[in-house]
Amino acid sequence: MKLTGAQIMMKVLQEEGVDTIFGYPGGVVIDIFDELEKTDIHHVLVRQEACAVHAADGYARAGGRVGVCLVTSGPGATNTVTGIASAYMDSIPVVIFTGQVPTHLIGNDAFQEVDIVGITRPCTKHNYLVKRTEDLARIIKEAFYLANSGRPGPVLVDIPKDVSVTEIDYKPPKKVKLRSYNPTYKPNARQLQKVVELIREAKKPVIFAGGGVILSKASKELTELARKTQAPLTTSLMGLGAFPATDPLWLGMIGMHGTYRANMSTGECDLLMGIGVRFDDRVTGRISAFATNAKIVHIDIDPTSIRKNIPVTAPVVGDCKITLAKLNKLLDKEDLGDLKKKRKKWFEQIQHWKDTQPLAYEQKDVIKPQYVVEKLYQLTKGKAIITTEVGQNQMWAAQYYQFDRPNHFITSGGLGCMGFGLPAAIGAQLACPDALVVDIAGDGSIQMNIQEMATAVQCGLPVKVVILNNGYLGMVRQWQQLFFDKRYVSTCLDCAPDFVKLAEAYGAVGLRATKPEEVEAVLKKGLASKKPVIMDFVVEKEECVYPMVPAGAAVTEMLLT
Amino acid sequence: MEEKHILSILVDNEPGVLSRIAGLFSGRGFNIESLCVAETTDPGVSRITLVTVGAPPIIEQIEKQLNKLINVIKVHELTGKKFVQRELALIKIIAKPENRAEILRIVDIFRCKVVDIGPEHYTVEVTGDEGKMRAILNIFKPIGIKEIARTGIIALFRDPN
Repeated sequence: MKLTGAQIMMKVLQEEGVDTIFGYPGGVVIDIFDELEKTDIHHVLVRQEACAVHAADGYARAGGRVGVCLVTSGPGATNTVTGIASAYMDSIPVVIFTGQVPTHLIGNDAFQEVDIVGITRPCTKHNYLVKRTEDLARIIKEAFYLANSGRPGPVLVDIPKDVSVTEIDYKPPKKVKLRSYNPTYKPNARQLQKVVELIREAKKPVIFAGGGVILSKASKELTELARKTQAPLTTSLMGLGAFPATDPLWLGMIGMHGTYRANMSTGECDLLMGIGVRFDDRVTGRISAFATNAKIVHIDIDPTSIRKNIPVTAPVVGDCKITLAKLNKLLDKEDLGDLKKKRKKWFEQIQHWKDTQPLAYEQKDVIKPQYVVEKLYQLTKGKAIITTEVGQNQMWAAQYYQFDRPNHFITSGGLGCMGFGLPAAIGAQLACPDALVVDIAGDGSIQMNIQEMATAVQCGLPVKVVILNNGYLGMVRQWQQLFFDKRYVSTCLDCAPDFVKLAEAYGAVGLRATKPEEVEAVLKKGLASKKPVIMDFVVEKEECVYPMVPAGAAVTEMLLT
Repeated sequence: MEEKHILSILVDNEPGVLSRIAGLFSGRGFNIESLCVAETTDPGVSRITLVTVGAPPIIEQIEKQLNKLINVIKVHELTGKKFVQRELALIKIIAKPENRAEILRIVDIFRCKVVDIGPEHYTVEVTGDEGKMRAILNIFKPIGIKEIARTGIIALFRDPN
């Protein structure tokens, strides 16, 4: 069968079950777009290429599938870098196709040429420059396999123009086999036995779960483990939703803006079980003071995560779902005794922390941002898919929206990438057409990628944007308030657009609330709309996110007001 | 405690692989003291011999990070095990008439070879392990080393038998 590179690409994409591609056309990918049009794959035209990757990221997280992007060479390719870096930090399976100048021009500084494989080497799981059309099908298959196996991550495939137009005699590629890539899914039995023993001995255990649990779809197993061992549970930002936030064992989020009880319990516990986490600095605070009284279990599929930041008593390399299922089975054979009785003191201690230092705010004359998030939670009954931008909006979303299910909280965790929420919401809405998708945003970060309102309107995607508008780059302003004597350098956004008019200009719906009593009505009206909506909530200007662990402090040393 | 470690890394013989490895070291702040790459008997596989310095947790992290690269087939740490190591150096020595005999005597003692002669220099080829390299450089230094090119260490496990 004679096929061009572009035709081969479409064939393999369909075999991989791709139904949506986020992209932006350009000179060297015209042929690919031309073939794309002939398939039933839905192409979503974003308005800037980083958003193609953010949208694919949101699509992958909400739908539990690989997200796919297609952009042109040069600036199209360089624009994707921020999106790729965010997906890489959060281990999200995305395949990015970039066009490249024809092979005979590579290295010539040709028009719109850039060495995108070189640029993205440190922020992709792997990347390829396809030099011959004959290699294209195999490489695309490998890219999908790599992106979505082991610890997932973005994989970039750079396709020169001549590779996509050359016609060859197509032979289907063989099954993907990479001699140098064999992720460890099954845990070591002896290590697992060690974990069982540590659980048996523990008096004050805490489970600390992360994004790895969501990626390996192990929420059920995690919940079973927590209940079986009566271990209170906290998660990282990336792990929100892995465990029901309405469960009595829930401690709230850990880390820099974690709850008082979650952070205090890591300082007090005698066993900390890290599952699908990487103990990053926003979680641990000052590393030498982290969980000093605890033996540490660390379960993760990526061996490099283990002992990278903290010493571990029982390291277990394995897939979270498989490992937790096995661990639960082993625990079934154990007599753990009357755990409720055994843990009574521990639970009392945690309850005391909760009672004395709950998450709290006081709603007076001006709208509090926390109030908006809490109302949003109530009105959506906790069922919405929430994406966020980055900063205070992200932390209030994490603190005041209670996530009971995985894949419902989508945020740029590791990279902390402003402008992520709106394109991610677009991706999530495409993956879950019937879901209510809400981007919780700040007035700063929404302006980083506000142009994607056009994408939402064009595609008829009813995404909702909730702007917590405080007229500042709030999180940096908070640091300036607390640590720089209120010198608000370059954080005041005096000249913001009228977001209501802006929404209307895009053909979306714009709503505003300036008083607390308007919040509920605006949310109700906005959420009920079948169109994309921007809801502008004019909130308290100098509200801070608490608790806060200052840089360099232990997680147990929190600022509380 | 910081120590020198020799890593023997088998990789796919593909363009860009060296850059992935070098990028990993620079991006994560690891050291490369020397690095040597060449094809093995399998033309699809290259062996990289890399000398690095670091405390044990850092070396563990380096090994894991290397293994994580898709093009890395196998990583062996040689330090602490039985292995042979060699390095080759070309040393251009200032050879004044009064020194020429002395240089040749040293060449003889160290079992090196003179591979190039000029009116004012000898170029000497030396092969050996780190200790020999250090020794011969110390001896030649007072005589006057004009230029030097070293390969960095290559190493292999000794056969278990």
